[in-house]
Amino acid sequence: MKRNISSWGRLSSLMHNVHTINTPNQIKSVISNNKKGLCIGNGRSYGDICLNPLGNLWDTLNLNKFLYFDNLTGILICEPGVLLKDIQRVFIPLGWILAVSPGTQLITVGGAIANDIHGKNHHLYGSFGNHVLKLSIHRTNGEEIECSPDLNPNWFRATIGGMGLTGFITMVTIQLKRVPSPWIISENISFNNLNEYFELTKTLNNGWEHTVSWLDSTSRSGRGLYMRGNHSDAIKGPKPRNTKINFPFVPSFSLINKYNLNSLNSYLFHINKLKSRNNLVHYDSFFYPLDKILNWNYLYGKNGFYQYQFVVPMTFGQAAVKSILKIISKFKEGSFLTVLKSFGQIESIGMLSFPMYGITLALDFPNNGTNTLSMMNCFDDIVRDYGGRIYPAKDSRMPRELFESGYSQLNEFIQYRDPGITSGFSRRTMGF
Amino acid sequence: MQNIVIIGATSLIAVNCAEIWCTNSPITLHLVGRDYFRTQRIANDLKIKYTESVIHVHILNFNNYFDIEKWTNDFCTIIIPDIVLISHGVLHNQVECQNSLSLNFDSLFVNGISPVFFAEVFARHMEIINKGTIAIIGSVAGDIGRKSNYIYGSAKSLVSNYVHGLQHRLNSTNVKVVLIKPGPTKTPMTADLIENKLKLADVNLVAKDIVRGIAKGSSIVYTPSKWFFIMLLLKVLPKFLFYKLNI
Repeated sequence: MKRNISSWGRLSSLMHNVHTINTPNQIKSVISNNKKGLCIGNGRSYGDICLNPLGNLWDTLNLNKFLYFDNLTGILICEPGVLLKDIQRVFIPLGWILAVSPGTQLITVGGAIANDIHGKNHHLYGSFGNHVLKLSIHRTNGEEIECSPDLNPNWFRATIGGMGLTGFITMVTIQLKRVPSPWIISENISFNNLNEYFELTKTLNNGWEHTVSWLDSTSRSGRGLYMRGNHSDAIKGPKPRNTKINFPFVPSFSLINKYNLNSLNSYLFHINKLKSRNNLVHYDSFFYPLDKILNWNYLYGKNGFYQYQFVVPMTFGQAAVKSILKIISKFKEGSFLTVLKSFGQIESIGMLSFPMYGITLALDFPNNGTNTLSMMNCFDDIVRDYGGRIYPAKDSRMPRELFESGYSQLNEFIQYRDPGITSGFSRRTMGF
Repeated sequence: MQNIVIIGATSLIAVNCAEIWCTNSPITLHLVGRDYFRTQRIANDLKIKYTESVIHVHILNFNNYFDIEKWTNDFCTIIIPDIVLISHGVLHNQVECQNSLSLNFDSLFVNGISPVFFAEVFARHMEIINKGTIAIIGSVAGDIGRKSNYIYGSAKSLVSNYVHGLQHRLNSTNVKVVLIKPGPTKTPMTADLIENKLKLADVNLVAKDIVRGIAKGSSIVYTPSKWFFIMLLLKVLPKFLFYKLNI
């Protein structure tokens, strides 16, 4: 069925031939029809990694069933279209939680693997792929491959973070982590500049499982809020707020713009600074505050928005972030959802996994055309100079050479790609 | 624990109803389907999600009145359920139905006659114990014949008329019969309608309306409720205007 599809950044809305796969036994016939295609989950990546404009998209959202769970070991086997939200909802009351979860739970397990997503606890638990025990892949030539860290390990390393390009993931085995309750004890600590931030994170990550910072990108000094949390063993706590705001329409211009960004950032900084220490919060509000606003991407107006997330080695973290803030101010742009995080030393499994030991910064910008693009070209120079890389799940414009220089195992990965699978991203950065 | 039977358990509307029932309280759920692997897949998922509920799978040929009668009688000798949701159906392409009587027959049987057979046998048993609810998923398509889907619509119209009669027959008993009339809903069955830019209802909201309607014992549930007014309008529309509509 032909439909216009956009990813979360809403930068394009192009025709796709969408094939909805309702049961696992339909996979083979749908993907082996000699026309190249790509799996899509919930379409929450920001750029063209989940798109295949004018080509086939294999919609996996109905492959959303749990197949097996062992309550003694926390091993879960499921289909790739299961949403992280369903895993959290079902298993947290049983005392098990996803070991790694990103800032939204509205993504599929298949998407989490294809992008090897990371969360606030990277310094202790690595990325999603570190907790995948086994994968089953169906290739477009009919071949079925099972892989794990020990079985066909190269296929496993290619598929974790492999952007869905190695085959159709049909079944996933993951290890959940024990959790004492649905609640988190959280603290916010404000910092007035980047020096303070780097001083704070040197020591304060110790003993805290979840740490992340929000940065006021409009302040040249780099002030922000350092948020950290630990799972609580409380017996009682606040209930999740079920009220969801649905942003009902797409405004013709971005509601987040240079006229209000300073005040919005200041407001966010001061209001959260006031929040007391040792807050007991529900995991829903701690991990996924943005999920409360359905369609929050509409806020950026009809032209959509860019996300830019990079990582640079730890040594260059402070210098890189400072330079990026300078560039933002030079171009008179600003980011609202600016997230700063120190990645830990646990090595990512995937050949094309994004996380590495270092500092990662995620920024979002309303699409203001050439100004925004020129600014991001300047960011590229910083990332390139410091030996960093850009996160493909959020990208829609990185130059091919930057992708190649950032991902040193790319040539090895290419041997494992499925020639019957292609995406907007793969054509742009890998040429197929 | 309530005993609930779902006929056509792999239907997305039925699965969503099952999830709501299991969330509300532990139940014993009997999933009746045509295909073992597809039905078992739904059952496995529910068993993992709702550990306190008991889930059984039954496989049956829905196209044979003998099998329907035998299975339902056998089942009811063991337990007569509190609720039966009859939800199976198929949406063949209208033009293909016009050109193939075998497809036409399949549409009329699966959507019309087969659900009526199930209801008829369960009604016999429920009438004896004077308790229970039978809910059948009809469709707003059964309210008025339209050129785009009148074969499917006439099968659903049969269901509608049947339920009306059954409600009349069981009016003096405690057995409730609920006719559910969903508007076009976002399910695999209606996937082709998206291409025609038709706005489809969210299956979870439809399921919530169904569960609520069954709990209340409503005689007819239009879901989403706006379809009651839309169909009313179509029914009173003069024919010369109706024929001008491309629906």
